[in-house]
Amino acid sequence: MADPKFLKFDTLSLHAGQRPDPATGARAVPIYQTTSYVFRDTEHAAALFNLERAGHIYSRISNPTVAVLEERVAALEMGVGAVAAASGHAAMHLGIVTLMEQGAHIVASASLYGGSVNLLTHTLPRFGITTTFVKPRDLDGFRKAIRPETRLIHAEILGNPGLEVLDVPALAEIAHAAGLPLMVDSTFATPFLCRPVELGADIVIHSATKWLGGHGIALGGVMVDGGRFDWEASGKFPTLTEPYAGYHGIDFAEEFGPQALVMRARSEGLRDFGAAMSPANAFHILQGIETLPLRMARHMANTARILEFLGGHEAVAWVLHPDLPSHPDHALAKRLLPKGAGSIVSFGLEGGRAAGARFIEACRLASHLANVGDAKTLVLHPASTTHQQMTAAQLEEAGVGEDMVRLSVGLEDPSDIVEDLRQALRASQRS
Amino acid sequence: MEVTVDGRRVFAATGGRDFDPAPPAVVFIHGAGMDHTVWALQTRFFAYHGRGVLAVDLPGHGRSEGPALDSISGIADWLTRLTDAAGLPRAALAGHSMGALAALDCAGRHPERVRALALLGAAPRMPVHPDLLAAAEADDHLAFDLVTDWAHGDSGHLGGARAPGLWLMGGGERLLERAAPGVLYRDLAACNAYQDAPERAAAVTCPTLLVLGADDRMTPPRAGRKLAETVPGARVELIADSGHMLMTEKPDQTLDALKTIL
Repeated sequence: MADPKFLKFDTLSLHAGQRPDPATGARAVPIYQTTSYVFRDTEHAAALFNLERAGHIYSRISNPTVAVLEERVAALEMGVGAVAAASGHAAMHLGIVTLMEQGAHIVASASLYGGSVNLLTHTLPRFGITTTFVKPRDLDGFRKAIRPETRLIHAEILGNPGLEVLDVPALAEIAHAAGLPLMVDSTFATPFLCRPVELGADIVIHSATKWLGGHGIALGGVMVDGGRFDWEASGKFPTLTEPYAGYHGIDFAEEFGPQALVMRARSEGLRDFGAAMSPANAFHILQGIETLPLRMARHMANTARILEFLGGHEAVAWVLHPDLPSHPDHALAKRLLPKGAGSIVSFGLEGGRAAGARFIEACRLASHLANVGDAKTLVLHPASTTHQQMTAAQLEEAGVGEDMVRLSVGLEDPSDIVEDLRQALRASQRS
Repeated sequence: MEVTVDGRRVFAATGGRDFDPAPPAVVFIHGAGMDHTVWALQTRFFAYHGRGVLAVDLPGHGRSEGPALDSISGIADWLTRLTDAAGLPRAALAGHSMGALAALDCAGRHPERVRALALLGAAPRMPVHPDLLAAAEADDHLAFDLVTDWAHGDSGHLGGARAPGLWLMGGGERLLERAAPGVLYRDLAACNAYQDAPERAAAVTCPTLLVLGADDRMTPPRAGRKLAETVPGARVELIADSGHMLMTEKPDQTLDALKTIL
C-alpha cells in the first residue's frame, strides 16, 4: 500500500519554511533587518498592493525572517498558515479582532492567564466585545453560555495556573454544533505535546516567548489558522465572507478558501493594529524551535523527576500535575497529551502563604520571575504576580490558592533542581 | 458570480472584479478534488489587467452544485455550456491537471470556442496509482494525504511559500478535505480513463502553452513535453523547483508564464 512521505516533526522543526537563502547561500535563516522591499517596477508594486502577486511590501505586514517562523509553526501545528505578532497577547487579540466586531460575545475558559482575563474582562468590553467565563471542565456550561451573538469559544490547553486539561474534541464539537470556531491557546503544550488542530480546534495561538522560543530572550506570538472551519456555512463571520471595503472589496473566504482567516489577519490585522514581530525576535524564536523536540523531551523527563520528588516531601501539602494519577484530568491527559502534560507544576506548601514566600526567596538555582517555558527553572507565586490584578472572587474562579507555587521545570541536571528545591523547602518550614 | 448550467447553480470567481464579458475572457479550470481558490494568486492579476475572469468551480466542487461530472469529455462539453451561459462565444482556457485535460479536450473538439490554451501540470495520460484510486473510492483520508504528498515538490514539503506565512501542504490538504464524498474518486477515475489526449492535441488550432513543474511527480515534465510535441505550435515553459501545484508553489513564475498566452 502506498503511504504518504511527509517530513517528520523533528525535521520540520529544523527546516519548515526555509531553504538556503537564494541570494547568499546562507544555511541559517538570515535576519532580514529591513522595513521595506524594493518594487521591480510600478506594475509590480500595484500588483503587490492588490494581492495580485504575493510578496513583501513593508515589515509591519510581512518580513522574510518572520515568514519562516510563521510557516514553521503552521507546519508543526498542521495548519494552513500562521501570522506572527509582537507577543502572545497580540496574537490572541489578532484572532479575536479578525473574527468579530462590536456587539460580539466570547465564551472563554475561566482558567486563563491573568493578562488574558484582563483583556476579555476590562478592555474588550470598551470596544463592544464581551465575554462569559466558564470553568474549563464544565462543558455543559460552555454550551449554555453560547448566545446568538457569540462568535468564539476560547480556552487554554492547560489551564493557568490550575492545569486543567482542555477536552478539545468535546469542546470543538460543542463549538461547531453552534457554528462557532474554537481557539486554543496551546502555549503550555507546544505542538510537540499536542496539536489542537488534529483534535478539532480551528485556531491555535501561542506565546512563542515561552517553550517555542524556549530561552527567555525574545517576545513573540503566533496565530495559526487550522483551515477547517467553514466560515461561509456558519454565516456568522462577515469579516471573512463579505466584501471588505478596506481591501478593494475582497471576499477572503471566496478568494482564499481554507486560508481566509490567516489572509485577513495579515491583510487587516497586522496592517491596521500593527503588532508586528521584529525579525530579530523571529530569528531567536526560530533558533529555539530548531531544538524544540529535544528540549521538550528533556522538559518532560525533568518534570517527571520533580513530580516524584515533590510527591514524597513532607513540606509539600499537595502537588498538581495532570501526569499524576491524583489529578482529576489524568485520564484525559493520557489521551490528549500522551508525551506528558507540560513542564509546569503547581504545588502548595505546608504553612500556607508565609511558607510560600520563604520558599521562593530561598531558591538559589530556580529564578523568581514572571515567565514560564524558559530553559532555566523558574518559580512564581501567582497570587502576588501574574494574577495579582484579579479580585478574590476571580482568583477563586481560576483556582489560585494563596499557598500555590508554580514551577516551570527547566533543562538543568534534574538532580540539581531537586537539591535546590530540597533546600528551599527546608527553609520554607523555618519560622 | 453564479450562472446556471444544465439547470444547476455554478459558481465562478471573477478575480475580485465584476465579470464583464466584453474584454477577452479567460476560464480557469481546477484539478481533481480542488476548486477555484487554487488560482487565487493568478486570477486577480488578469481581472485587473483587461481580462474577464471566470475561475470555475466544476460541478460538485467548491460552491457549485453537484453531481461531479464523470469524464474528461463530459467536463469539456460542460465548459462550452458554461461559456454559453456566461455570454462568451470564445475564451482562453487555463486548466490544471484534470482541468488541463478538459481544456485540451474542449480545444480539440470545439476549436472555434477556444482563443488560447494554457495547460498546467499536463501529460498525455494521467494514470492514477491503484492505491490512490482505491483510497479515494473508499473516501479514505489516505487519498488526501497521498495527493498532498505527490502533488508538492520540495517547495511544498520544505516550504518557503511566496505568500508569507502560508504552509502549502496544510492548505492543499484542507482544500481536498472540503470536497464532498466521492468527488475526488470521480475526478481521479475520469483522469485515469482518459485516452484521447493525442487525438485532441492534434486538432488544436489556437496558441498553446504548457506550463510544467521541473519536480512534478504526478505529471513529470518529460510526459508534458511529449504532449506538447503533439499540439501544433505549442510552447513549453518549465518552472524550476516546482512540483505539480505550480500555481501555489511558484505563483509568480506561473503568472509570468500565463501572461504570455492568456
